[in-house]
Amino acid sequence: MAGGRAGWFVGGFLAAPSALYGIFVVSPYVQTMVYSLTDWRGVSARISFVGLRNYRSLAGDDTFWLALRHNLTLLLVLPTATIGLALGLSSLLSAGRQRGGGVRGARWSAGYQVIFFLPQVLSVAILVVLWQAVFRTDRGGLLNGLLIWLGAIEPDQPLLFLSSRSAVLWCVAAVALWSSVGFYVLLFCAAMQSIPREYYEAAMLDGAGRLAVFRAITVPLLWNQIQVAWVFLAIQALDCFALVYAMTPSSGGPDHQSEVVATHLYRTGFVLGRTGYACAIGVTLFLLTLALAALSLRLSRRERVEP
Amino acid sequence: MATPPTGTGITRRAVLSRTAALAGAGLGWPATTGCATAGQQRRAEERGEITEENPFGVSSTTPLDVVIFKGGFGDDYAKAHEAMYTERYPRAGIGHQGIQKINEVLQPRFNAGNPPDVVDNSGAGMIPLDILLADHQLTELTPLLDAPSLDDPNVAVRDTLREGTIESGSYDGVMYVLNYSFMVFGLWYSRTLFARHGWEYPQTWDEFLDLGEAIRAEGISPLAHQGKYPGYVVIPIMDLAAVNGGLDTQLRIENLEPNAWRDPAVLAAVDGFHQLVTRGFCLPGTEGMTHTEAQTAWCQGKAAFLPCGSWLENEQWDQTPDGFDMAVGAIPPMAGASLPFGAIRAGAGEAFVIPANARNRAGGLEYLRVMLSRAGGGRFTELTRSLSVVRDAFPDSPSPGLASAMDLYEYARDHAVLLTWRSPEWYSPLSSELDNATGELMANRLTPAEWVDRVQRAADQVADDPSIEKHVRT
Repeated sequence: MAGGRAGWFVGGFLAAPSALYGIFVVSPYVQTMVYSLTDWRGVSARISFVGLRNYRSLAGDDTFWLALRHNLTLLLVLPTATIGLALGLSSLLSAGRQRGGGVRGARWSAGYQVIFFLPQVLSVAILVVLWQAVFRTDRGGLLNGLLIWLGAIEPDQPLLFLSSRSAVLWCVAAVALWSSVGFYVLLFCAAMQSIPREYYEAAMLDGAGRLAVFRAITVPLLWNQIQVAWVFLAIQALDCFALVYAMTPSSGGPDHQSEVVATHLYRTGFVLGRTGYACAIGVTLFLLTLALAALSLRLSRRERVEP
Repeated sequence: MATPPTGTGITRRAVLSRTAALAGAGLGWPATTGCATAGQQRRAEERGEITEENPFGVSSTTPLDVVIFKGGFGDDYAKAHEAMYTERYPRAGIGHQGIQKINEVLQPRFNAGNPPDVVDNSGAGMIPLDILLADHQLTELTPLLDAPSLDDPNVAVRDTLREGTIESGSYDGVMYVLNYSFMVFGLWYSRTLFARHGWEYPQTWDEFLDLGEAIRAEGISPLAHQGKYPGYVVIPIMDLAAVNGGLDTQLRIENLEPNAWRDPAVLAAVDGFHQLVTRGFCLPGTEGMTHTEAQTAWCQGKAAFLPCGSWLENEQWDQTPDGFDMAVGAIPPMAGASLPFGAIRAGAGEAFVIPANARNRAGGLEYLRVMLSRAGGGRFTELTRSLSVVRDAFPDSPSPGLASAMDLYEYARDHAVLLTWRSPEWYSPLSSELDNATGELMANRLTPAEWVDRVQRAADQVADDPSIEKHVRT
């Protein structure tokens, strides 16, 4: 096909998806930015322009800054923990056995991969019901029941988990970690297939221990995937709406101790009716996420290592 | 269960493609107002002829669009009401939707200017009424009140309703909301359990504390509450404050007067409930339990008292053991209380509204009139084991909880006081803070004095905020 016509052909096929993208992604983003400059209440067409008033209120909104701190805590903890755990598990599954017959994955590694991935197929609703039962605050709860049975805690002083000010955010992080590790285990396992066995065997012959092999061979060759995983997990850490909304008391409680920017946005927009202000929160979160994604891709850029 | 919100902008395509093109070129304000807020004009209503039988002028062919909150009451009662409407207007098709997330599903329709004709705006996902009112999105229900009732044309609908129904749905004197189910609030217990141990329902707070000690000695927790949803405990705390301080105290709180919450009656009530926590009267772990967990533990006899509304019996129907004999009592007043024992919060809930932009507003009014007939109220009570606001619709053989609720209501009406609270419903930020502070109080992480400080601060913020519309109660 001639060069000029190829352009029209490609463009023709791209027109429909681009239109969909423009209408359902770009347009709402732009509308949100416009509404953030208004006092819209969200249930009618009554609206008036108020300029940057919403952003000024945002600067003085304590709950927003608390929520942002929680998001940043999750940002520091979740990506590193998830990627670390996923890398460890996947390297065990792919190259866990180093014996005479060469380097192979752990026994039954296919079965392990299925088990690790299972939480990923559970919807948030099921996750919530499941973990409510685990974290339940009397001996009917899995953890409390176990601890009471072991005698580690008194039956009349059960641990509060999701209703505890100090523990609630970590409980949410634990659930997020548990549900997302499987996906990255699979991702890294697949990527590790492309690392030639010879490298591991050569390293083994040179007397490298497991940790040295992991640090010097596995991680550099997986760097692209790690970069991608980091960005995905960072975005999830800055969001984390579904788990906090459904699992915690008063969606962000108790008393805002597990509040994240997304739940604060939801409550402001849909419960308190300050939809214009909620849009301002949304725009701020968007810009923050964008900046963070760009920064992390920039900082983690490296020469691609060809295996 | 909860899923992330779908966002505010499901809009009309025609306007959107215009906007997408303009977005790249730079935005003009007029273009963007045509997006998520496309419905600016009031819809022309389709009307029929007004007659004796048809006081609202319902058109016999216009369809009726009904959206019901499918929660504790289910939506079978609504289907029964719709069947009754169809008997009167067989050629009008009825669209029925029974959903949980009213706000998510209906917000786009409100914005686009084509909301349904009747909305049962209830549940955790409801559209806050104060927002709908501030934006003038609701139809006045005065024509409904003045219309002749379905059962007796000589009696107006307003005279067939239970006390407080009209006030609870009125804002500044005009009724916009029909609260349909009639609920009674108090401390629920099992008569069988009490009879077995020889316990009597306490009539004063001191008797309550003594009884609590006796209950605890038997290895049962005196109180369970739905800790994860502190709103359940906010109810008896506020009711006790009103009982202690009287209607004047309550009025000052409702009208957001300065230092209204600092009344000693309020502090005494908050302190009373805090003492239940510090004395170890609460079921271990109850401060983190969901409503189903706490209520089921109570049904299993692990706790004696549970604060709740009269939907409890229906909600726990499958978990309640035979012979439980569910009953409800009033919050026992403290020493020196202004109101007598037996004063309870009773009022209508389950808010039915007719959006201002609905296509078939007359049909909506007629549907509500059908609901308020004796047959309509009777079917509701049959299917939900709850009272409706229709005065003369009461079943012949009520279940124990329903019978007890009715007795409690009649006693309060004839010998004590019926309380209603409006301010938590009027001012969402205040209601939010009440929930947060009470959650911390019942987890013993907040003292009563701190509770009062936080709630008073929230009330002051609402009072000083010019963008929140204030209502006055007399």
